[in-house]
Amino acid sequence: MQFGIFTVSDITQDPTTGRTPSEAERIQATLTIAKHAEEVGLDVFALGEHHNPPFWSSSPTTTLAYIAGQTSTLQLSTATTLITTNDPVKLAEDYAMLQHVSGGRADLMLGRGNTGPVYPWFGKDIRQGLPIAIESYELLHRLWREDVVDWEGKFRTPLQGFTATPRPLDGVPPFVWHGSIRTPEVAEQAAFYGDGFFANHIFWPAYHTQRMIALYRQRYEHHGHGTAAQAIVGLGGQVFMRKNSQDAVNEFRPYFDNAPVYGHGPSMEEFTQQTPLTVGSPQEVIDRTLGFRDYVGDYQRQMWLIDHAGLPLKTVLEQLDLLGEEVVPVLRCEFAKDRPADVPDAPTHASLVRAAYGDDAPRQATPNANRGDNLTLGSPYQDAPAPAATGSAFGPAATRKAVVR
Amino acid sequence: MTTRKLVVISSGLSTPSSSRQLADRLLADSASLLQERGVEVEAQVFELRDLAHDITNHLLMGFAPPKLQDALDAVASADGLIVVTPIFTTSYAGLFKSFIDVIDPQALTDLPVLIGATGGTPRHSLAIDYAIRPLFTYLHAIPVTTGVFAATSDWGGGGDGVRSLPDRIFRGATEFADLVGRTDRSALVGDPFALDRPMGHLLGGLAGE
Repeated sequence: MQFGIFTVSDITQDPTTGRTPSEAERIQATLTIAKHAEEVGLDVFALGEHHNPPFWSSSPTTTLAYIAGQTSTLQLSTATTLITTNDPVKLAEDYAMLQHVSGGRADLMLGRGNTGPVYPWFGKDIRQGLPIAIESYELLHRLWREDVVDWEGKFRTPLQGFTATPRPLDGVPPFVWHGSIRTPEVAEQAAFYGDGFFANHIFWPAYHTQRMIALYRQRYEHHGHGTAAQAIVGLGGQVFMRKNSQDAVNEFRPYFDNAPVYGHGPSMEEFTQQTPLTVGSPQEVIDRTLGFRDYVGDYQRQMWLIDHAGLPLKTVLEQLDLLGEEVVPVLRCEFAKDRPADVPDAPTHASLVRAAYGDDAPRQATPNANRGDNLTLGSPYQDAPAPAATGSAFGPAATRKAVVR
Repeated sequence: MTTRKLVVISSGLSTPSSSRQLADRLLADSASLLQERGVEVEAQVFELRDLAHDITNHLLMGFAPPKLQDALDAVASADGLIVVTPIFTTSYAGLFKSFIDVIDPQALTDLPVLIGATGGTPRHSLAIDYAIRPLFTYLHAIPVTTGVFAATSDWGGGGDGVRSLPDRIFRGATEFADLVGRTDRSALVGDPFALDRPMGHLLGGLAGE
């Protein structure tokens, strides 16, 4: 099981001091946080994407590539990458690049984005969010798996003989998670492709998460990728800890009361009761987190939000220390107990390469001399793409030809 | 024996409230009319005053705290809905509208609704038809023709000399009971987490699901 942190990249006034960090300060703080996540033994760091103040993370692959250069084991992911307003062609290129420079430590989580004004800036309409997400991901999926793509859709200019470069590292596309709060179609999309499903979990009551994951698991099995229990599930969480529970409550309350999204709404007591937010001792965080398994089953990735709402860097680093020293070691041990042997770990580049090639050497895509186009004389590469993964159940349902999944 | 679920929403702010009083009368007449036809009635009454904080939190957060969720579930799975709001500044109470705003837009489809309103003087009685009724027609509910407005004077002797308040309540309840008696809505409630468009349909290029 993987444990990590995710950040939305908000730049928020510290309500206890009235001070707001600059963009530069908060960006540097986030890099420090990411590096410290690896130092304390966490597995994953995921970064959000926003295109409006007061957020800074407009270019996640730039940031993640830098973090990759500063770390050695940390898995880099997103929370979320906008599959609606980004061009799927650019996503295919950017995340294949990130795979290469990080040595296969990159995956990504796709989401639609809920900020209405952002869509028109990128020529899109939020009311078409779901159809765009469906169409764009289908294209992205093909661009990573087929060297030359002919494609036509509703939301992007057609492609004739297009090759997304570089080809994915070792011919294996980055693993994709799909994030959604309450859209059954996104759970279905994740299940259809055999991808992971991530439930944000943090602003919502448990029964939402439970229902969405149950649907995803059922459809994962239906689409023939494995049993429902083998589906790849990630969960969000939100914690604030001090050794002494009451200290945590007192210290976090002003941040809670003034936080973006839920501030000036429900009381912290109501919110901790109704959502997975846990404010208290490391032991309380351990108990609460272990309880998630009771309603979603054995899962693969647990992420926490620990750096938002204006919390100062020093405090966030202390939270990481507590996670690394007291919480995660116990969780690793406890989650491993009674975990069925056939429930997989979260896919990594190494496991995906093994699944695709077994003991054979993976593909190293090597282009032919440039002809200026991809339309003549077969492949632009000297070698062929990886064989398509087996085990999917599209068979008789598929009416289109030459679609590789 | 058939059973019909009635839900009553009262948006009065004081205790006791004349909106609640009117709501109780509308429910009592509707229930006895249904029982006369051999229909068992299960009724749940919600005072929005008790849910005011939850409603605000839902507006801010996008999800319902448990107590409010119970009310929303009850409304969504009802066979008939009775609503009563005070008229403030020519229209429904803000709390009432906020509650309507957190109801799923599909949750009231085909739901028979009996509308009541209360106010200081009978001069506000048309608010039922210009302000409240359009909410329910927009949501594809079925508000019955008669809305019942109770002014302060209706509760004493100086009310409407042509049709008394009890007459109007009975008339509204009769229309409402007719519709409720015929609906099987509570048996047909949809699940918001159900998948009604599998991936083949979403992608458009696949068939056979």
